[in-house]
Amino acid sequence: MINPSPERPASPAELADLASRARSIRRSCLESIAALGVGHVGGSMSVVETLAILYFRHLRLDPENPRNPDRDRFVLSKGHAGPALYAALAEKGYIPREMLGTLNRGGTSLPSHADRQKTPGVDMSTGSLGQGFSAACGIALGLRMDGPRADGSIRRCWAIIGDGESDEGQVWEAAAFAAHYRLSNLIAFTDANRFQIDGATEAVMHLRDLSAKWSAFGWRTFRVDGHDLAALDRTILSACSPDPEADAEGRGRPSMIILDTVKGKGVPALEGKAESHNAPFGPADLEAALEALDKEAPRG
Amino acid sequence: MADREMRAVYAQTLTALAASDPRICVVEADLARATGTGPFAKAYPDRFFNVGVAEANLVGVASGLSAAGKRPFAATFACFASRRAYDQFFLSANYAGLEVVLVGTDPGVTAAFNGGTHMPLEDLALMRVIPRLVIVEPADPVSLEAAVKLALDRGGCTYLRLQRKPAPEIYGPGEPFEFGKAKLLRPGKDVVLAALGALMVGEARKAAESLATEGIDAAVLDVFTLAPLDRAILLDLARKTGRMVTCENHRVTGGLGSAVAELLAEEGVPARLARIGAGADEFGEVGTQDWLAERFRLTAPHIAAAARRLVKGE
Repeated sequence: MINPSPERPASPAELADLASRARSIRRSCLESIAALGVGHVGGSMSVVETLAILYFRHLRLDPENPRNPDRDRFVLSKGHAGPALYAALAEKGYIPREMLGTLNRGGTSLPSHADRQKTPGVDMSTGSLGQGFSAACGIALGLRMDGPRADGSIRRCWAIIGDGESDEGQVWEAAAFAAHYRLSNLIAFTDANRFQIDGATEAVMHLRDLSAKWSAFGWRTFRVDGHDLAALDRTILSACSPDPEADAEGRGRPSMIILDTVKGKGVPALEGKAESHNAPFGPADLEAALEALDKEAPRG
Repeated sequence: MADREMRAVYAQTLTALAASDPRICVVEADLARATGTGPFAKAYPDRFFNVGVAEANLVGVASGLSAAGKRPFAATFACFASRRAYDQFFLSANYAGLEVVLVGTDPGVTAAFNGGTHMPLEDLALMRVIPRLVIVEPADPVSLEAAVKLALDRGGCTYLRLQRKPAPEIYGPGEPFEFGKAKLLRPGKDVVLAALGALMVGEARKAAESLATEGIDAAVLDVFTLAPLDRAILLDLARKTGRMVTCENHRVTGGLGSAVAELLAEEGVPARLARIGAGADEFGEVGTQDWLAERFRLTAPHIAAAARRLVKGE
């Protein structure tokens, strides 16, 4: 069974549930990385809230039948955040929670970068940056070719790219394509955590005003705190609302939601540091991070 | 009847198949005019997509279409299909286990007036190292029609190396083809001319006729698919004749000649091998196709000379 799309902003109770999901995803993601001792902590932590709100509210999915052709699709173009995606998939019931402990071990179903052939619930193999975003455009196009679902709803493709990833020329090839083909069923996010491997994005490759760029490419562009679930929810609802600039066939602009995020969010020792990209992360680091996480959790 | 234009055959075949298979779609990168897919676009405007001059996105979008259950045929010049969009084809299409037919047009010297920048003499080498990829270069319109149907039926990824220009029909209608099965066009006991693609199969046949007048009995093999390679027939012919000339519109490194050399060495077949193709140290150049074929020693007289040397034990 595929869940329906939400029609109104999340209630306080729903937001509390999403916050709890996000904490759980963050915790199990960190545990899986700590089990190995190294991993893409920074870029995984920055997308936790987005994954929580997608998997537990906005994506239309069928975890019991991961390949249900009527499902929405999700492409993690910044494939190195695989560990966060796996934690979300485990939280949602696609994979057993114990499997998270196999992250990046030989023979695992959970490789560093997302792989559609290895992991139930993963729609596209990604990792070579920029490529997943083109694929997301192709998926959105293919879903549109299938027409609306039996209930009249739009089949959507969702994607997350990174701000460092946006250095790739292919991202902008795809940006032009999605706008030209009026893929309003494509809802994308830029995880603007402001760091890439070699340092701050502004120091390594300053892309200037991302919002202006996406708008100029013909996208509906939004900007929101990527860790504020209530704001994120309202922004996603706006992005999914009918585009006032849509044509007679209902084809409008694709949506780009730029997420202001903190790289390594929730891990005080790594927050806002380029070194968090692919960092050593052992049991002691985990203990400190979980302690901080517990302090944030609501009492009682 | 005049020879059929290969690109027209490609477009007609796809358009015909699309009538009964709604998954088929065509993706172009501002070369639809060259690829000749206009008739498809006219018949199925909702299944025809032009990404503009953006080959990385061409292959990425095609991969996404496949992930959404479609069967995309993406086309561009072979130089771009291979050199420019290689990582996209490798990862987004092949590694991801999707089903993309990538068509590389104007291979080797058929790039002619577009010159060295556009002359892929290495696309086969690049494609041959991609696991499970089918690499097919049809020798005539009939085998091209078959290749398109086989690519669709087999699934997975296919690299279709395609000259645009007309090619004479070698096969009769209804000739059966299989990926991994070469076609013996002419038996021969002295030497084997193993050729890939319309240009080279044509030159190899001419070479065999010329050799016959000298009393040299040359077999001609249309290799059809470089991958999977028809190991059985190549080994059998190599054992029987002890001499093999590979003929490819490509550099001699990494393509058909290399594949056959690996095969003969691995199997311990005591056969002499000569490789016809552009030299390992040569880049492409500009000129007419005929001038370039001569420049890179791809023509029948060069093939015949190589065969003659092997037969004479030189």
